Amino acid sequence: MSGFFALIVRDVRLAARQGGASLLTVGFFVIAVTLFPLGVGPELAVLARISTGVVWVAALLACLLSLDRLFQADFEDGSLDLLILSPTPLELTVLAKCIANWLTTALPLVVAAPVLALVMHLPASGFAVLIVAMAVGTPALSLIGAIGAALTVGVRRGGVLLSLLVLPLYMPVLIFGVGAVDAAAMGLSPAPHLMLLGAISLGALVLGPWAAAAALRLMTS
Amino acid sequence: MNNSAQNRLEGRNLCCIRGERVVISQLDFTLDAGEALILKGPNGSGKSTLLRLCAGLLSLAGGDILWRGAAVEKAPEAYRAGLTYIGHLDAVKPVFTVAENIAFWSGLKPGAPRLGAALARLDLEDLADLPAQFLSAGQKRRVTLARLAACDAPLWLLDEPTVSLDHTSTRRIAELIGDHLAAGGMVMAATHIDLGLTNARTLTLERLPQERLP
Repeated sequence: MSGFFALIVRDVRLAARQGGASLLTVGFFVIAVTLFPLGVGPELAVLARISTGVVWVAALLACLLSLDRLFQADFEDGSLDLLILSPTPLELTVLAKCIANWLTTALPLVVAAPVLALVMHLPASGFAVLIVAMAVGTPALSLIGAIGAALTVGVRRGGVLLSLLVLPLYMPVLIFGVGAVDAAAMGLSPAPHLMLLGAISLGALVLGPWAAAAALRLMTS
Repeated sequence: MNNSAQNRLEGRNLCCIRGERVVISQLDFTLDAGEALILKGPNGSGKSTLLRLCAGLLSLAGGDILWRGAAVEKAPEAYRAGLTYIGHLDAVKPVFTVAENIAFWSGLKPGAPRLGAALARLDLEDLADLPAQFLSAGQKRRVTLARLAACDAPLWLLDEPTVSLDHTSTRRIAELIGDHLAAGGMVMAATHIDLGLTNARTLTLERLPQERLP
């Protein structure tokens, strides 16, 4: 297990020292959301109606940005071979990398989301649920994304292929993530949507590392 | 390195196919404790492939690799804990210091890493706190090789370990390998230079005719 935690610490430190990968992701998130009021116009009713969807879609795309380096950087410098050869099972190695990816990219998005929701004029009753829904739903983005990242490791210009593989799998997270916030904004209970989001994350926790590890073994051999 | 007398790596009737071509065919070898097996052969004869097969990074098309008499697939994690693989690539992160790079990789292996001893052995003490992005190719290679000195793995798989090293560093590596063998370790290395090892056998690989599989 010590290898598991050592890898999380290493990836977080790598992200911190490589000039703020987190900042770039958050920057993309902020700019993508800010484009909507400019494009759609400043009518508050329209913005409020689309706010949840825009914040979630921008968050999905921002998460996607960080994924193509998830295994690619380690593949290119030979680190991936050594991670496969470490006594830690590859499934746990993948899980450790997903946790580090979530801490460095998704968590900053969760923190930034309420500010952007304010820009988009989200009804006040939706704020708390937006934060909870993103906290519950984003682990699935890292875990599902790891499968796509593993399948495209070693593929030149794999980023586009990665988006095509992963975005369709992100749809359930988007649907229930938006559903939870909309329900709260309309005065209904967001609990069923949040539970389904939690179920997706838990399912991804089981399937993601296992599938990504199998894909990595396939791609490196 | 307990029970080093039992340590034995054996390949039986190995076959490997890469890109629809047979790279290794019907190859047998044995490697006992305290022995070195030096792989020789022209480019493309499968030296790196054999090392990657032994590390478990490639899958066999046929045959068995046995560690202590049991197939390695049966207990891959225990087998991997006892080997150190040095590939073509250095696996050195440019934003980490020399000491951090060595500490991370050796920390993944069982047992307490001997960071200080490894730095001294590879003459990296002066560079320990320098980010690896400022290192030369030979210095990076030494950081990679320091993993050998930092952990206790009995089996070393070395793919061209002395590439881009200067004369003095090459001699240090030869000494390091010699000491490992004297302590009952095992080394399988692909190298074109003479490391001056006493207890070494040579396995010469041939480049197989390049016919495609049907």
